[in-house]
Parts: sequence; C-alpha cells; structure tokens
Amino acid sequence: MPYTIEKVKELVREYPDFPSEGILFRDIFPIFHHPEAVECLINHFVELIKALNKQVDVIVGLDARGFLFGPLIAIKLGVSFVPVRKRGKLPGQLVSVTYMKEYGPDVFEMQADGIKAGQNVVIVDDLLATGGSCKAAEDLVAQMKGNVILNTFVISLVGLEGDKKLKAPVYALIKC
Amino acid sequence: MPYTIEKVKELVREYPDFPSEGILFRDIFPIFHHPEAVECLINHFVELIKALNKQVDVIVGLDARGFLFGPLIAIKLGVSFVPVRKRGKLPGQLVSVTYMKEYGPDVFEMQADGIKAGQNVVIVDDLLATGGSCKAAEDLVAQMKGNVILNTFVISLVGLEGDKKLKAPVYTLIKC
Repeated sequence: MPYTIEKVKELVREYPDFPSEGILFRDIFPIFHHPEAVECLINHFVELIKALNKQVDVIVGLDARGFLFGPLIAIKLGVSFVPVRKRGKLPGQLVSVTYMKEYGPDVFEMQADGIKAGQNVVIVDDLLATGGSCKAAEDLVAQMKGNVILNTFVISLVGLEGDKKLKAPVYALIKC
Repeated sequence: MPYTIEKVKELVREYPDFPSEGILFRDIFPIFHHPEAVECLINHFVELIKALNKQVDVIVGLDARGFLFGPLIAIKLGVSFVPVRKRGKLPGQLVSVTYMKEYGPDVFEMQADGIKAGQNVVIVDDLLATGGSCKAAEDLVAQMKGNVILNTFVISLVGLEGDKKLKAPVYTLIKC
C-alpha cells in the first residue's frame, strides 16, 4: 500500500523528558527509515508550495534538520537550496542576525550570494517552537531583499505561538 | 547544456584561512544553487553505489553536511537514511563512540534501531580529512553489526591520509 500523509505523521516518535525533564521531544528521523514515507512527505510539501501559485526561487533550510528536507524539496521544484547556519560555519561574505534563545543570544548566518533581491523564498525546518530561529531566518532573507512567501514545518508546537513571531504564513503538517 | 560531473566539481569554492589561518576551506554549498548540478552529483554517487553490485540497505550521513546528500542518495536508491550526530542530539536507545578531534575527544551517537545486523551500509559525508569522524561512524555501524561497504565523499584531503583509518573502501569525487 502506498504511504498516505496520515501514515507519515504516525512515524514521528515522542520521547518524554528529552533532552531534559519536562520536554517532550518529537523525533522525525523514523520517517527516513521508510523511503516511501519520505517521498510522500516531500511530495506533500511540494504540492502545497505549488498551490501558492507564486514563483519560488529558493528553499532556505535551517541547520541541521532543515538540511534533511530542504534539498529534497528544492530538487523536486528545480530551485536553489540555501542554508542558514550558526555563526562561524559558513565561509565568505555573510549576512547575520542575533536572536534570543532560552538562555541567551545566538547568531545565525547566511551566505550573501544565496538570495538575489526580489526572489521568493520558502523556509523549511522540522519543528516550529518559539519561532525564534525561523524569525531569524526571515530576517536574513529580508537583509538580502528576498521575500519569504511561506514557512513550512513538519511539526508545530502551537501552544508556544511561534507563528505569531513570523511575517510569512506558516504551514505545519503536525500541530501539537 | 546538461551538467557534467566535471562542471559540478568546478562549483566547489575555496576560502583561504577559514575558519582559521592556514586552513583552506572547501565550500560545497554553491552546488546547491544549481539543482541540475545537485541531480548530476547525486546520480553520480548513486551509479557508483549500484556498480558495487551489492545490496544496499542503509545510507548513513554525518551531521550536518552529510544530511544534505544522504537523504537524496537514499531516496534514489529506495533505502533508509540514518544520521550520525554529536552527543545529546538524538533521543531513544543509542550506540555511541568516542573519537579524537584536534583538541580533544568528542562523542558520536546513532539510534540503535537504525541498522539491523547484517545490513549493508554506505556512509556519506561532504569531506574526508583526518578520517576520525568517518572511522567513528564505521565503529557505530559495527556496533549494530552492520557492514560498511563504501565510504563516499565529495572532497578528500589526500595528504591527511584519512582513508588509511577506514576499514571500508573510500570513493571521493574531488581529491585535493
């Protein structure tokens, strides 16, 4: 039987008290044990993005779990993939942004030649929590004068209201 | 004109003295600005793996740049993708290994349900330097009684003789 998107959702595994007490960790790696599930998930995102009926120029993926999905989506759409990474990992001319994490500030960077002014961008990551990381990615795209047309996630922790921090619309496959 | 593997190689960019003086950083992200180049690169690796004429069960990719290539290769082959990550990032039952880095030891982990005994595994990463990370990945696969049949990289720094640390054969697209 071919995979349905509902079956893909069931593959996400929950781990209480990881990485620390009180946190319920949602693990997307089991999806990758089943290539048909990965195909189903990627096709689901690709169809969603195409349904925006807007030109898409770049997929931006957040280090590291966004790297699992971003290139697969970009290849299916026939567009670029551009990473957002923590400070010090990317070489060359960069744009950067400071964002707040739970215990203090951190810095994200993007390579300056990744996005041209006016390009339409979709941001991809596995999980939307407080929205801090994705907001930082939106800021980096804005610095390059790109337009984020969608932020897309496998999972969203809706109680944390991360979507309210973000300018572009949010799509999440699984809302917890 | 369609991409050739020679054209893909030319996309890798060099940055002297990054991340520190004396190091020549080789950046594979420009490949991802050109979806046809990514397709050409992935097809190149897939054909190589098929030419081994052995069953392949799992692609193992090293966090984080191995995450860019591993799932793409796994999907084309119709097999699992399993990550190797630094300590503390993966939940659940794990196998782990301590390996030496330049300034001291570090720990890699893999989820214990990723590989079954007897499965054939190909390890994927962007760069082979000293071979410490890849050797650690080989050790994790061995702990799960898997067989590494190939270690494959985009770039290899041949002077560092990383391949000598590794048990399985090594394939590299670009030897520096």
